[in-house]
Amino acid sequence: MTQEPDTTLDWSVLDIDAHREVERIAGQLREAVAGGLHKRGAVVGISGGVDSAVCAALAVRALGPERVLALILPERESSPESSVRAQSLAAHLGLTPLAQDIGPTLEVIGCYRSRDEAVRRVLPDYGAGWRMKLVVAGGLEGRFNHFKLVAESPDGASHEARLGLRDYLQIVAATSFKQRVRKTIEYFHADRLHYAVIGTPNRLEYDQGFFVKNGDGAADVKPIAHLYKSQVYAIAAYLKLPEEIATAPPTTDTYSLSQGQDEFYFALPYRQMDLALWALNHGIATERLADALRISRERAGHVYDDIRAKRRATRSLHQSPLLLGPVPEVDRA
Amino acid sequence: MTLHAELRRFILENYLLTRDDASLGNADSLTGRGILDSTGALELVMHLEERYGVTVQDEELHPDNLDSIDRIAAFIERKRCP
Repeated sequence: MTQEPDTTLDWSVLDIDAHREVERIAGQLREAVAGGLHKRGAVVGISGGVDSAVCAALAVRALGPERVLALILPERESSPESSVRAQSLAAHLGLTPLAQDIGPTLEVIGCYRSRDEAVRRVLPDYGAGWRMKLVVAGGLEGRFNHFKLVAESPDGASHEARLGLRDYLQIVAATSFKQRVRKTIEYFHADRLHYAVIGTPNRLEYDQGFFVKNGDGAADVKPIAHLYKSQVYAIAAYLKLPEEIATAPPTTDTYSLSQGQDEFYFALPYRQMDLALWALNHGIATERLADALRISRERAGHVYDDIRAKRRATRSLHQSPLLLGPVPEVDRA
Repeated sequence: MTLHAELRRFILENYLLTRDDASLGNADSLTGRGILDSTGALELVMHLEERYGVTVQDEELHPDNLDSIDRIAAFIERKRCP
């Protein structure tokens, strides 16, 4: 759907013909797995969130439940409800999921230890019984984005500190073990079954680089990377996925304190981010975005700048390794 | 070495991996040229705090203070002599 730059920006631009889109994606997914990738089925990690649920449902529609392997891969900081929701989704789709606790692997590889070491440099008292998360700040005020560490001590007190470069990088690097270990297990099963791995990012995540390279960013096919988050929810409703999944708010389920995706990474809640991203992609003036979101024009301008800045900063996550001389035979193969 | 020269050297060596002075003007926008992103800004702040003994507040993490050699130098001078 398109809209003239000088007309009112309307939420209906995000409306989608769910039936048609589901049939189109299912057809293309079948063709991609069989024709493009020469695989016999698909592996999809299901988190209990709506994106992976929709991807699993689309895979079942495209390939049949007997050719879809669902994996549930919690670790010790995952919300217990996530696994319950993932199990109920699998049952709903007629899948028999494999569940594996990746906590011991993360323990051995140093995920928690390296992360906690960096956290303790910022909050020396941090230890057993504490919970923590990262919160993004700055972009909406026109400043550089930076992260704050927010922690809760066992007595319920809240602690907050800005993260310097070294500590921020180490926390993110250590936490990324979670996504990378999950992907390693997904590819183990994909390889043994000669299946493709499905990546589950929606358009906001894909465009804004909200994924770990060679972690959740790695996949053979990404069926919903072109869909805004609101459209993913619309498809979940159309597919009649279990209510608790079709309406689940987006979370990271990565840090021990509960964390919405908007506070971790995106400047705004997903509905508003969807509209802002759509508007930027369609050349809509900041005034129109400001009116639609009921925010000031200055803030709308910062939202656009923030989207552009994140797109630039995460470009390398999308890139294949850079070659420093031509190998044209591989491109032609 | 002047403050401008020090800052230029830091940016050239750390962000562009070069010592070619001609590749960066004092007024060049570091974000506009794709040299500074949010991670780069944190790296710059760490350097300024360690090298010049200043403390950069959250609200000062703004392109007005950090987006060119001229702006960074002026920012440091202001922080040193408020």
